[in-house]
Amino acid sequence: MQRLVCKRLGLGILRLSDQPGGSLQYCANVLRPAALFASKVPEQPTWVPIDHDRVPIDHDSLPEVPEIDLALVEQLERISLVEFNNEAGLRRLREAVKFANQMHVVDTEGVEPMDSVLEDRECYLRSDEVTDGNCVEDVMSNASKVEEQYFVAPPGNIPMKKRDKEHLSGILNTPTDGDKAS
Amino acid sequence: MKSLTVKKALKLLRSRQISPTDLVHMCCERMKETNSLNYMIHEIPSDILSHQAKISEQSYLQGRPKALDGIPIAFKDNFCMKDTPTTCGSRMLLNYKPPYSATMVEKVARAGGIIVGKTNMDEFAMGSGSLDSWFGPVANPWNLVARPGREAEQASGWVIAGGSSGGSAAAVAAGASLAAFGSDTGGSTRNPASYCGLVGVKATYGLLSRHGLVPLVNSMDVPGIVTLTVEDAAILLDTVAGHDARDSTSVCETYAPFEMDRALDLSRVHIGIPREFHTSGLSAEVRDLWSATADALDRAGAKVSQVSLPHVQHCLVCYHVLCCCEVASNFSRYTGIEFGLRRGSEESTEELYAETRHHGFNDVVRGRILAGNFFLLRKNFDRFFLKAQRIRRLIGEDFRSIFSAGVHFLLTPTTLTEAPTFAWFSQKDNRTRCAEQDIFTTAANLAGVPAVSVPLGVSRRGLPLSLQVMGPHFSDARLLSLAHWLEQQAAFQHLDLSSTNNFSHAHLDSQDIDTC
Repeated sequence: MQRLVCKRLGLGILRLSDQPGGSLQYCANVLRPAALFASKVPEQPTWVPIDHDRVPIDHDSLPEVPEIDLALVEQLERISLVEFNNEAGLRRLREAVKFANQMHVVDTEGVEPMDSVLEDRECYLRSDEVTDGNCVEDVMSNASKVEEQYFVAPPGNIPMKKRDKEHLSGILNTPTDGDKAS
Repeated sequence: MKSLTVKKALKLLRSRQISPTDLVHMCCERMKETNSLNYMIHEIPSDILSHQAKISEQSYLQGRPKALDGIPIAFKDNFCMKDTPTTCGSRMLLNYKPPYSATMVEKVARAGGIIVGKTNMDEFAMGSGSLDSWFGPVANPWNLVARPGREAEQASGWVIAGGSSGGSAAAVAAGASLAAFGSDTGGSTRNPASYCGLVGVKATYGLLSRHGLVPLVNSMDVPGIVTLTVEDAAILLDTVAGHDARDSTSVCETYAPFEMDRALDLSRVHIGIPREFHTSGLSAEVRDLWSATADALDRAGAKVSQVSLPHVQHCLVCYHVLCCCEVASNFSRYTGIEFGLRRGSEESTEELYAETRHHGFNDVVRGRILAGNFFLLRKNFDRFFLKAQRIRRLIGEDFRSIFSAGVHFLLTPTTLTEAPTFAWFSQKDNRTRCAEQDIFTTAANLAGVPAVSVPLGVSRRGLPLSLQVMGPHFSDARLLSLAHWLEQQAAFQHLDLSSTNNFSHAHLDSQDIDTC
């Protein structure tokens, strides 16, 4: 019977009577929900995202979430050359790591890592010939400091100054913190 | 101007009922009127536009118009455009003018398309709301007509455009351009297309060149196409697809212009409904639309069956890790020496780098760099990075086995709900929102398959609802044929601003921009 009713889609008409100014007559055809038709779309959600706050997950089945201490913070800042602004930044990293740790519910035994979706194709390799050049001015046009045809950088190989981590002390659970607290 | 499609515009241009100058003028006017939606970062100066329109006019007069001659098109601000600011929505690149153009930009220009502006986006395309931009948030043009109940009376009841290509989607929905390019790494084109009632195409990885598209995640980034209709998307895809020697991941096959099959024989098509795409948080309206569409395909003679992609529920976490890792590596290029912001001590290279990066990047970008470097540490490499790559293979295999078992296409929702309000969206941080917003879209990026989001319905609050179709690698033309069929059945009414008088939009007057 529903087949007859819905011979063609787009029968449903939605009127928005409360348009601004009342002058806009907005009508749209919508795909009509045919609730009685044996749909292939599942009635209920088939899975629930792991949410540490709401859904208890069996943490014992997962490897422990790595601790993030002062030494690690300093290491990450050194290699990233960006700083954790504040405690919120550090908390974000902890959340990101905790989220990533969920991967360990998946059994990947014997599965090769996948670098590229083109792995089974031969990608184009051009012949080793110079095809462009004479563009020094173009290449350097966006640099703030240049000297002749060189980019200018400050002296290298000078270790970064040790940054004060006072702003992270509330969240970093380190001996230093403990000392301060006592 | 009422929802002028690329196809219709080309017809009007060929029959001289409209001139390229008129068309560009109409778009610029609309851009001015809807300025408060904040979707444009850089508008191309009017003298350049007039000059290009005149060149197009000559082509039509000589009877030799090119594929997109005179069509106003916008580009997301992460596509390099020669001598034109390209900021990626970041303070880091505010002063950056690329000395070259992206292949997508070049191909559009060569086909006669007129690039009218660079659109707003989440900083470096990291986001799903187009709120995390140096230039402030993008508002959805549907705010100008939809009345989301009382909530709209409050300043932040306005709905977002989605992201990260929210500026591109808003530009097309508002009529500032007839089509736009975005980028799609985890759904960044399909998500805003869905929220703004537009067609969003993420082509097969390797079909469209990434040369000149500022990279986010090299193994997943693809240029995206946003248009009013599926036919328009096909016209654009046809113009820009094909091998590019300057992109090592562009596939070599000579590209044969595809013919979208407008009379698709559904009796020979097998559609899979992946059960895992019904997840908690899916709104009843989207679910009903999904069921109704599946039923419609069934009635029209297609074989429709429920299928399973058992690993897609791990897409988000897999994507999260791989994205952070590639970001940590990709973003080491921003040092202040060769281009972009340079700020800080001139006493030491590393101090200069650190200070430049500290001021140049927002919290989201910095957070992903730090997390990526954590996952890539020697002691974590296997446990996080390689683990994610292994899960990626399992997800890819899920698609492969479904398609080799005789399923031609998959039908799923694009997003959980209609466009959410700014007030709701900004309650949670960027990572949490991406983990909800990209839930149905990241799979196609991880597997490299093509995906198209099509608007098919309208919610009770008067906002667009969309579904997504996916197909095997390089099935882009057939996938668009299916999307076209769905579009015809639904007869979705595009946003029509032709009788809107008041284009002012509350959010620019409110405090929202400061809080972003």
